[in-house]
Amino acid sequence: MSKTPEGAVIIGASAGALEALSSILPALPAGYPFPIFVIVHLPPKKRSVLAEIFNEKCRLRAIEAEDKEPVEPGVIYFAPPNYHLLLEGRSSIALSNEEEVLFSRPSIDVAFESAAEAWGDRLTGIVLTGANHDGARGLQAIENSGGTAIVQDPSTAFARTMPDAAILACPKARILALPEIPSYLSSNFK
Amino acid sequence: MIDTYEKVEDIEIRLLLEALYHRYHYDFRNYAMSSIRRRLRQAREQLGFSTISAMQEHVLHDPDMLPRMLRYLTVQVSEMFRDPSYFLAIRQKVVPHLRTYPSLKIWVAGCSAGEELYSLVILFREEGLEERTLFYATDINPDALAQAETGVYDIERVRLFTENHRQAGGKSSLSDYYTTAYNRCALDKSLRRNVVFSDHSLVTDQVFGEMQFVSCRNVMIYFDRPLQDRAIGLFRDSLPHNGFLGLGAKETLRFSTHADSFREFVREEKIYQRTRA
Ligand SMILES: C[S@@+](CC[C@H](N)C(=O)[O-])C[C@H]1O[C@@H](n2cnc3c(N)ncnc32)[C@H](O)[C@@H]1O
Repeated sequence: MSKTPEGAVIIGASAGALEALSSILPALPAGYPFPIFVIVHLPPKKRSVLAEIFNEKCRLRAIEAEDKEPVEPGVIYFAPPNYHLLLEGRSSIALSNEEEVLFSRPSIDVAFESAAEAWGDRLTGIVLTGANHDGARGLQAIENSGGTAIVQDPSTAFARTMPDAAILACPKARILALPEIPSYLSSNFK
Repeated sequence: MIDTYEKVEDIEIRLLLEALYHRYHYDFRNYAMSSIRRRLRQAREQLGFSTISAMQEHVLHDPDMLPRMLRYLTVQVSEMFRDPSYFLAIRQKVVPHLRTYPSLKIWVAGCSAGEELYSLVILFREEGLEERTLFYATDINPDALAQAETGVYDIERVRLFTENHRQAGGKSSLSDYYTTAYNRCALDKSLRRNVVFSDHSLVTDQVFGEMQFVSCRNVMIYFDRPLQDRAIGLFRDSLPHNGFLGLGAKETLRFSTHADSFREFVREEKIYQRTRA
C-alpha cells in the first residue's frame, strides 16, 4: 500500500453540488498528491451515482467510500448516502449511522471536525453552495486546528445560505469563485 | 496549544475506556476512535462534566453511570427492513438454499431493539421457514435487548417499516403482525416463539453454536480493523461450509484478514458465503 499522504482536502456541498463540483474536481491534475473527501447531502434511500460520474469526468480516481477504506493520495472519496463519514486518523475512513446532525447524514460538520482532528494544519476545508448551515461549525474546527478555510463566493453560489453561514463562522476564510478553487488547490501543496 | 489540548483529551478517552473495562467488563478500547471521541464529547457536554477525566471519576464510583455511558457508546439507530434490497436478496437468493436444511439456526449479532430480528422472523414466516428455525438475537446493550424482548415501537416509525417491508418483497401486510395502542405498536408475541435473546459481545465473548446464517449489520463499523477481524473470525467459526454472512450496506470483507474464508454471494447486498478455506 502507498504511504500516508502529507495533506488532505475536504469539500462540503449541498443544493447545487453537482454543478459546483463539476467545475472543481475535473480540473485537478493527475497525480494530485492529496486525498480529497467530498461530503454531499443526498436523499438517504437512493443509491448515489456521484462517484461514477466523477470517476468518468476526472483525471483522479473517484470512489464511494466503504467502511475502513484506506486513504490514498490523489483519490476522491465520496461519503455514501445515509452514513456519516469520519476520518480514522490519517490512514482510513470510518462510517457511522449516528443520528443526523442538522437534519443531515452525511453531516459536513461531523466529517470536517474529524478531518481537522486527523490532519490539523495539513488540511484544506472548502464549503460550497447549499441551502442550510451545515459546514460552518466544521470549517471553524478546521481553522482552529490551523488548517486552511475556503468558501465559495456566495454571490456565485446556486444557494448562498451555506457559504454565508461559513463566512460568518470563519471571517478569515478565503473567499473564492469556483474556477479559482482548483487553481488554488493545485498550487498550494503546503 | 490546541495540539497539546487535543492530545490530553485522547489520553483521557483511553483512560476512561480502560476504567469502563476494568470496572464493568465492557470493552470499547478498540472501537473506531473518531466516532467514540465524538460521542464521549457529547456525553461530557450533555452530562455536564468539565472534562472526560471528571466523567471517569463518576464512571468508576457510581454504577448508575454505566447505562448512561452505554447510551452514548453504542449507537442504536435501526429500522425494520432497513435497506429493503438486502431483505429482498435474502428472500430471493438465500432462502432457496436455506429451504434445503431440515432445521436452521440464525444469528442476528448486534440486534439493537430488535428491528432487524423481527424483520427476519417475518420474512421467514412468509417463506414458511419459521417453524424450523431458531433465532439468536444478541447485543451488549441491556436496554436495547430489553426493548427487543418486548417488541414495542413508536407508532410514528410504523409507516417507514411498512414501506420498507413492501419494498423487501413482503408477501403479507405488516399490520398482520402488530396491534396499536397509545402511540405504540406492539409486535405479536408469536414472533418471539423461536427467538433466544442473549447478552453477547463480539469483542469479549466466544462462538456459541453452528449457524446457517449470520446477519451482523452496522455493528462492526464502530470497531477498528483488528477488532473487526476478531468479530469476523467468530462468524467464520460459527458458519459451516456454505453458511451465509450478511453485513451492512457499506461494510465489506475486502479489508479483512478472513476475506479468503468467504466468497461474495450477493455482491451489492454484502451477502457472503463461507468457503472451505
Ligand atoms: C447501529 S445498531 C445496528 C442495528 C441493526 N443491526 C441494524 O443494522 O439496523 C448497532 C448495535 O450494535 C451493538 N453493539 C455494539 N458493540 C457490540 C458488541 N461488541 N457486540 C455486540 N453488539 C454490539 C449496539 O449495542 C447496537 O445495538
